[in-house]
Amino acid sequence: MKIVVCIKQVPDTTEIKLDPVTGTLIRDGVPSIMNPDDKGGLEFALQLKDQYGAHVTVITMGPPQAEAILREAYAMGVDRAILLSDRKFGGADTLATSNTIAAALRSLEFDLLITGRQAIDGDTAQVGPQIAEHLDLPQVTYVESLTFDGNKTFTVKKSMEDGYQMVQVDTPCVFTALASGVKPRYMSVRGIVEAYNHPIETWTYNDITVDDQKIGLNGSPTRVFKSFTKGVKAAGQIYEVDPAEAVDIIIGKLKEKFII
Amino acid sequence: MDFSLSKQEQLFLQMIREFAEKEVKPLAAEVDESERFPMETVQKMAKLGIMGIPFPVELGGAGGSNILYTMAVEELSRVCATTGVIVSAHTSLCCAPIMEHGTPEQKAKYLPKLASGEWIGAFGLTEPNAGTDASAQQTIAVKEGDHYVLNGSKIFITNAGYAHVYIIMAMTDKSKGTKGISAFIVEKDFPGFSVGKKEKKLGIRGSATCELIMENCIVPAENLLGQEGKGFGIAMKTLDGGRIGIASQALGIAQGAMDETVKYVKERKQFGKAIGQFQNTQFQLADLQTKIEAARLLVRQAAYKKDLKVPYSADAAMAKLFAAETAMEVTTKAVQFHGGYGYTREYPVERMMRDAKITEIYEGTSEVQRMVIAANLLK
Repeated sequence: MKIVVCIKQVPDTTEIKLDPVTGTLIRDGVPSIMNPDDKGGLEFALQLKDQYGAHVTVITMGPPQAEAILREAYAMGVDRAILLSDRKFGGADTLATSNTIAAALRSLEFDLLITGRQAIDGDTAQVGPQIAEHLDLPQVTYVESLTFDGNKTFTVKKSMEDGYQMVQVDTPCVFTALASGVKPRYMSVRGIVEAYNHPIETWTYNDITVDDQKIGLNGSPTRVFKSFTKGVKAAGQIYEVDPAEAVDIIIGKLKEKFII
Repeated sequence: MDFSLSKQEQLFLQMIREFAEKEVKPLAAEVDESERFPMETVQKMAKLGIMGIPFPVELGGAGGSNILYTMAVEELSRVCATTGVIVSAHTSLCCAPIMEHGTPEQKAKYLPKLASGEWIGAFGLTEPNAGTDASAQQTIAVKEGDHYVLNGSKIFITNAGYAHVYIIMAMTDKSKGTKGISAFIVEKDFPGFSVGKKEKKLGIRGSATCELIMENCIVPAENLLGQEGKGFGIAMKTLDGGRIGIASQALGIAQGAMDETVKYVKERKQFGKAIGQFQNTQFQLADLQTKIEAARLLVRQAAYKKDLKVPYSADAAMAKLFAAETAMEVTTKAVQFHGGYGYTREYPVERMMRDAKITEIYEGTSEVQRMVIAANLLK
């Protein structure tokens, strides 16, 4: 089985702040990490590799420094790593991004494509499903766990707001994975030692077949008008009480303000 | 000269720090409190290759450097000094002498199991009457045909009881003093070998520290490590390497106590402001972190020289001396910064202070390190 996993390098949002004046992200000194849902998806792929001997390729679109997460993926056990990087790809919204990645995927053979549900920097959850649509492949989103029959059928547990769906799907197909469903493995020491010996294939605009009006800033109908942090209106009050008393206080306060 | 970490080292640091935070830190207080050897952690470390970092892949190791090894012991000890010393004693005191002095057969037999972490290793030099004066060995080994018969006992042996393999020093010729000491690879199941009482310790309480008893212990002749009479040299060389591990442990303890202190002084308010806003606090923290960073540079320098295979004995001694004394100073002051809370087990700094003390004692006391450094100066 051949598996491709789409991964993205994102700023670690647990350590990120917005500039209150400009509304832009303060990226200085914020570490970059592999997006957690993508890492969950990679773990699904590596578990399938452990069990069925799959060949796993990771692909990412980003600037040259995104190589770091491809090295990390090698240290976790993938077989091939591709970096989609070109200035023409820059400024892309989800549609332009999915057009670019889908174009690259057309020249790769795979039975299963896994993406993360969503990236923690944009939280759109759009790129995975869009890729599946571009490639005209069946997709199961919000995958929390999966089993494989060893032939071509997956049984997938899809997380819903109020429960789960169990879905059966045949390869080739696309899953978008949830980080919560799986504990990604640590990089092994040997994997780390050897991670920089493996090749990283860099694919530019010239290496894929895509309409240049559908990629980068040109291919992006979405524009971010403004980003801002919600201002704190007033200092809160802290009560250190047991939960039962806390409920009474909260209800009392809400009634006081005619909210309920 | 480049003091920055390579990309590979940064990747390693990312992994080992996450592993320490998520897998080791949550157990640290309980492992200390119940004096429990954290076998589940050792198994997890084995799976990732942490039990054989600087050994070749062909021999079951991870093919990494001594720099990576010191980073591992530092990061593990930053959250749990017990876990740090388990890795350090296993790697530096058992795997390393087999790697450096073993025959091809001995390496092929023992290293794949040890470096992969399937087996744990230990080292036995210290005896009741042979501590800093390691030459006063009383354990004897007599050759009888195709084997040696060992009689005697060892004390304060780290990883004892959990180790499968012990590097044991014994006198093969008492008349020759240190030149009559030989080293042996002893398996736990050899006839006549047993583990005695477990010590109750001030710190590193999850680490097993026991007595070893050899009563007509039969060791096959092929398990002589190096040549007869070369055991003292092997022990001293092994301890040179071990000191880099213990220096890393001390460094980790110091940094761990500093991390806790920084967090605490930002939160703790007295006289209307966080205690971190007082210049008295700030100046002390600045001095302590400067010492920690100096210790880190000494540790990395010693490991770097070991990787280059150039003499590093004095470098390792300086790293251990300085890192151990820094660990003791930082942890003692960390408790002081925490005040009454720091003296309780509600906060980890009292454990770190108890753990730090041993780094000034084992694998050569601070006094021994000064002897090594001075001998190197005056030679």
